[in-house]
Amino acid sequence: MLEDLAALGSGFAVALQPQNIALMVAGIVLGVLIGVLPGLGGANGIAILLPLTFALPPVSAIILLSCIYWGALFGGAITSVLFNIPGEPWSVATTFDGYPMAQQGKAGEALTAAFTSSFVGALVAVVMITFLAPLVAEFALKFGPPEFFAVMFLSFACFVGLSRGSPFKAVAAMMFGFILAGVGMDGVTGQMRMTFGSIELMRGIDFLVVVIGLFGLSEILVSIEEGLRFKGQRAVITLKTVLRTWAELPRHWWLFIRSSVIGCWMGITPAGATPASFMSYGVARRMSKDPNGFGKGKVEGVVAPETAAHAAGTSALLPMLSLGVPGSPTAAVLLGGLIMWGLQPGPMLFVEQKDFVWGLIASMYLGNVVGLVIVLACVPWFAAILRVPFSIIAAVILMVCAIGAYTVNSSEFDIVLMLVFGVIGYVMKKLDYPLAPLVLALVLGDRTEEAFRQSLLLSEGSMGVFFSNWLVGGIMTAGLAVLFYPLIGRVLRALSPRAAAA
Amino acid sequence: MTTLARRQLFAATGASVIAAPALAPQAAAQRAWEPARPVQFIVPAGTGGGADQMARVIQGIVSKHSLMRQPLMVVNKAGGAGAEGFLEVKNARANPHYIIISLSNIFTTPLSTGVPFSWRDLTPVKMLALDEFVLWVNAQSPWTTLRQFVEAARAGRLRMGGTGSRQEDQIITVAIQRATGATFTYVPFRGGGEVATQLVGRHIDATVNNPIEAVTHWRSGTLRPLCVFDARRLPGEGRVTETMGWQDIPTCREAGLDVEYLMMRAIFMAPGVQPAQAEYFRTLLARVMETPEWRDLMAQGAFNTTTMTGDPFRTWLEREEQRHRSLMQEAGFLAQ
Amino acid sequence: MSATHPELIGTVATAERGPSLRAMEIATAVLLMAAGGIAMADSVRVGMGWGADGPLSGTFPFWLGVILVLASLGNLVSALRMRAKPGSFATLGQLRLVATVLAPTAAYVALIPFGGIYVTSAVLIAFFMIRFGEFRWRSAVPAGLAASLLAFMTFEQWFLVPLPKGPVETFLGF
Repeated sequence: MLEDLAALGSGFAVALQPQNIALMVAGIVLGVLIGVLPGLGGANGIAILLPLTFALPPVSAIILLSCIYWGALFGGAITSVLFNIPGEPWSVATTFDGYPMAQQGKAGEALTAAFTSSFVGALVAVVMITFLAPLVAEFALKFGPPEFFAVMFLSFACFVGLSRGSPFKAVAAMMFGFILAGVGMDGVTGQMRMTFGSIELMRGIDFLVVVIGLFGLSEILVSIEEGLRFKGQRAVITLKTVLRTWAELPRHWWLFIRSSVIGCWMGITPAGATPASFMSYGVARRMSKDPNGFGKGKVEGVVAPETAAHAAGTSALLPMLSLGVPGSPTAAVLLGGLIMWGLQPGPMLFVEQKDFVWGLIASMYLGNVVGLVIVLACVPWFAAILRVPFSIIAAVILMVCAIGAYTVNSSEFDIVLMLVFGVIGYVMKKLDYPLAPLVLALVLGDRTEEAFRQSLLLSEGSMGVFFSNWLVGGIMTAGLAVLFYPLIGRVLRALSPRAAAA
Repeated sequence: MTTLARRQLFAATGASVIAAPALAPQAAAQRAWEPARPVQFIVPAGTGGGADQMARVIQGIVSKHSLMRQPLMVVNKAGGAGAEGFLEVKNARANPHYIIISLSNIFTTPLSTGVPFSWRDLTPVKMLALDEFVLWVNAQSPWTTLRQFVEAARAGRLRMGGTGSRQEDQIITVAIQRATGATFTYVPFRGGGEVATQLVGRHIDATVNNPIEAVTHWRSGTLRPLCVFDARRLPGEGRVTETMGWQDIPTCREAGLDVEYLMMRAIFMAPGVQPAQAEYFRTLLARVMETPEWRDLMAQGAFNTTTMTGDPFRTWLEREEQRHRSLMQEAGFLAQ
Repeated sequence: MSATHPELIGTVATAERGPSLRAMEIATAVLLMAAGGIAMADSVRVGMGWGADGPLSGTFPFWLGVILVLASLGNLVSALRMRAKPGSFATLGQLRLVATVLAPTAAYVALIPFGGIYVTSAVLIAFFMIRFGEFRWRSAVPAGLAASLLAFMTFEQWFLVPLPKGPVETFLGF
């Protein structure tokens, strides 16, 4: 342990060289830009800059690239809050309360809360990586398909039953999401499902394309009904807003801790940042004293998903380094970079390339601090975008939506799909169909099904595999308990007449 | 209008070159061809896989050593098991600003999905290398030789993990089944890295991963190679682990299992491009392959460094296409 | 039930004309039922049921389709029951506003494959500025071009992400 701390110390010494600090700032700024533009993911930025980094020493190169990653994580929240367009998949849950806050003129508060939460989540995850890396890597190995399915099941269980209004509509929306997720090639048998001979559909329906239409485009349509302008544009936001929000945030310390734990757990398992954000949002709402305030602009609804997403995004780098398994496309491209620098990701990296590993971990600390300072300083600017006249900003948003939809798969068909989902989203919003279950099912649906079927292949068809050891059995039991808790509670209340009378 | 005229001009010169290849001055003028705009480098697979990694390394080498004046942009088109990427290039007839890296899915995808294309629809440029396959088991398993493994597989159903469905990993699994009479439960995963981790965690019993996907786990002592699916042993001097090097892994045939499989990593262009244009990329790739970075990649991944161009390459492609058809047919993987 | 508040329905009909909420509810429920039906039909084609090693490809989509049809049936019944409930999906005025944005957007999306994304975006931005913002040609056209140029530099030049290009870009040699 002491040895590790000394190694971390020398890592800081490397990361604090002026050249590396400059690279950090450049990386964060670029990353924020990439995170803001939907469709242009961290993977793009890193892939493009990768060749430029060959002239740098590996530690400097990884500092630059991982800072792009942090910047993209921060940046994803900006468009979610301001325009209801999630820049990255893991910021979808941030729109649920972040956008209503912006409509109420509290864009500055929402952005400050989002950035600060990101920072806290990432910091907790980095601390965990620093002290528990070997242990955590060991734990990640315990996750086979049944365990993975159990985690997915738990995410769904946390989220189901949250929506207000007609349960039929919630079920219909969720099933529609699942069916959309099933379009394309079935990963287990290689058969085509619901593609009807179309090459475009064989690729499957991408989550980001749907979300850009369903959230971003449909929001423009809904907001113009009330005249050609956006709500909340009158708010004046200065750096004082940042300080005021900060004074409020410590009250939510328990929420921060809980969300960080959920995020770290989901990052290691490795389910990833997107399910982590949904799960954390669901748990926050269930445990809140005022669950009905969620979705209407509650700061907790921003804190919970952002903290978890970043804790997950950060801790997901651990399986990449220690096992050589990329947790995300971005991590996959980083993995390619490691190979180009002559480093071999995997268990031996921690043994043979100590300087590199600790330099990277040190840059995680510093990169997040630098990132937080930069994005917070820019909050008034970001919020000022809302004051641009509707006639300009609406067209620019439409262009950004089209570009975002296209870049996901370099396909013009996806732009059309985005438009169609924009109209679907408009109709669904007007008729009070909840969009969150649809999105959740779409983003997790195919991987959940895949894990379920892989598990059954491994067990030769026996369902007992989901309770075959303490780990998978424990998660499944937790999932079932969360799922049926409201029902059990109702039954218990009904059975005790005294409580009902009181 | 201007574009149309220009495209017709391209087509016209292309036709005249084919019609009169003996005209020396024209051929000399053609040799000076160079991309006039950014070149799209299509990867018919997702980010992070073997083909994607190789494409990005090539992109990296090209920009690091300034081998091209125009940028090379890597674009992933993984839809329909890569069908999307192949169709895009197939439809970009005579457009010299597209290159595509191909893996075995150029043979398997049309057969398993029924999407109409074949390597004949593209212009073969150069085969860069052949990727090897090794049979891996967990180091804690009791099997230290192929014979023990096969006996265990005959005695009870073992679980074989692999990348994708109805693709190379599953084809090899089926070939092993036919050669040994054992039955495996094939479990598809999304990528080679994931498969290797599942094997380390003992959720599956064996895999046929590429060397580069499993080498780090071999070195850390968690995985054990049993044999390599090639006619000769893997190249590479020296030791990878404390006791073994690549050349210490027996071939499967030596060990008593008559299965051979190699996966090509090759570059193709759109159909109908001029010979000089294909020649430009052939020269470019030859220069890429001379760089130390490329040699590092080859050594790390224990690639079979066979390269081919021209007629031998076409003959090889024809033979492999036939072989894949019969392998897939016997396995029942053809699209209905 | 409907006879109890005739005056209310009367005022609604004059003040907020437009497609009724009920009609939209019914249409949506029917469309979702159709989606479920398609999923079920395709699943039968692929093969559904429990194979030797767990469910076949069509099993999950089939049952998801069944649930979707049942849930939509529930929505349909409650929509049919709300005969008495007044209200419209959106007023004609609102729909007209939505159409003024949706129609140019649809045209924009339709033209991208032919004109490329940069030229069409410049036109879209200039059009929006003139149509909705009462800007003059003199400021709107340069603004549209500037936005497109910025996007071009960002994607094509810096991040090397190729976007759809049309004849203008080809003419300029990109």
